[in-house]
Amino acid sequence: MPIKTEQFYLNVGPQHPSTHGVFRLRLSLDGEVVTDVEPIIGYLHRGIEKLAESRTYTQIIPLTDRLDYLASMTDNVAYCLAVEKLAGIKIPERAEYIRVIFSELMRISSHMMAVGFYLNDCGAFFTPVLYMWREREKIIDLFDMVCGQRLLYNYMRVGGVSQDVPDEFLPAIKKFVAEMPRYIGEYNQLIKQNEIFLARSKGVGILPKETAVNIGASGPVLRASGVKWDIRKMDPYSIYDRFDFEVPTGEAGDCYDRYWVRIQEMTQSLRIIEQAINQIPAKGPICSEVPQFFRPPPGETYGYIEAPKGNLGFYIVSDGSIAPYRLHIYPPTLINITALKDMMIGWKVADLIIIFGSMDVVLGEIDR
Amino acid sequence: MTVAVNTEETGKKIAEAIPGSVVSSEAGSLTVDSKSLAQVSEFLKNTPGLEFDYLTVLTAVDYLHYFEVVYRLVSLKNNQSLILKTRVYGRENPTVPSVTDTWRAAYYQEREIFDLLGIKFEGHPNLKRLLLWEGFNGHPLRRDYL
Repeated sequence: MPIKTEQFYLNVGPQHPSTHGVFRLRLSLDGEVVTDVEPIIGYLHRGIEKLAESRTYTQIIPLTDRLDYLASMTDNVAYCLAVEKLAGIKIPERAEYIRVIFSELMRISSHMMAVGFYLNDCGAFFTPVLYMWREREKIIDLFDMVCGQRLLYNYMRVGGVSQDVPDEFLPAIKKFVAEMPRYIGEYNQLIKQNEIFLARSKGVGILPKETAVNIGASGPVLRASGVKWDIRKMDPYSIYDRFDFEVPTGEAGDCYDRYWVRIQEMTQSLRIIEQAINQIPAKGPICSEVPQFFRPPPGETYGYIEAPKGNLGFYIVSDGSIAPYRLHIYPPTLINITALKDMMIGWKVADLIIIFGSMDVVLGEIDR
Repeated sequence: MTVAVNTEETGKKIAEAIPGSVVSSEAGSLTVDSKSLAQVSEFLKNTPGLEFDYLTVLTAVDYLHYFEVVYRLVSLKNNQSLILKTRVYGRENPTVPSVTDTWRAAYYQEREIFDLLGIKFEGHPNLKRLLLWEGFNGHPLRRDYL
């Protein structure tokens, strides 16, 4: 006699350690196999786009910190670039280099968190995270040195950066860049050949190339699927055309590739930082003169950068007043999770946690 | 560099294939009639030389007497970009055809616009509020929402 089965609904989250924030997945299960996935979001919605309409352009910078709070420096950069594009503001050479150095440090830090917590989801409980945190702490100390903040930096300004780096910064970052490759080697030694890790991540949660492009995925998720698309390379903003670096890509588009692309990107970021330290002008202004309340000419612009998690953009419409008429944030992780359904159906609940972990999701950015 | 395509030439191409669809093609952006949006999006995706296979930002702006829906399309193959716009009039029941069949990237973004600006996307597979809860009254990103 065949066993009678029926569909079973399960809520993962919103308060669940593996959802990396307040994220809810409504699963339909057949036994332990996932048959349908519906992400439910909005638990962290603060209405940043609406708030921005009643603030001046400078007052919006701290709001952008609270988007992707694990990479607030790049959020600042993306917003400032968009406003500079809108108002036609040029920024000094030294500030460009400082921005590049901090963006790349932020990328390393963000990827470390992503890889660390991904391994946590794989079952390597907290040891890898603490290994990653050891070096992330050093990056945060560097940020602390320049702006006195450890999480929400509010360091970039329209027209440059808020303050110059202190004298002890350059020796400290040189030391970090010299040490870091050894630590990346250590991570690879610990993780890359681990049999349990390979068994759980190779071939799991495959995102085919065509789907990745069609859903508009970006960042390491897109590159792991084999699409060589990095805005720093394809449409260089700031001064990224001066640096020599490679764009790592994956082949299969599985969880392992997404992990491995991130690790390789850390090495490439170190290369960029090294070149930037050698090229940075020793002295010079760090912020061009921008009035406190400036009025960009009426018009619209879309400024975008390659943030650690993907293509982060700001669409700003100005009506010539001191506050934007409309500000829209294009969040990479919200677009990346469009693919969750394709990746999760047919896998078991335990794999679903891993697939979700490999997407590197930050809810502050999804919900805004 | 991602080069913005010449909107006037592209506008002519579209107007030849789908008569009456192009409203204006000034420098920088291409405005099409919202009724022909589904056809235009298929055309932009599948025509050789254009091949806009990658939709990035999709958003809408409330200009009080009309809503403007903005699409930024990128062709990964040719490294080109295009800003496509469409206007929709009326505040009671503004409706635009959905482009989710062409680019699935629109799935969450259209839901978000429906949620925050109250523009309906005809043909969207699951048009529900995204960030706010079911039963929320009004659409906060409209300029007349207080």
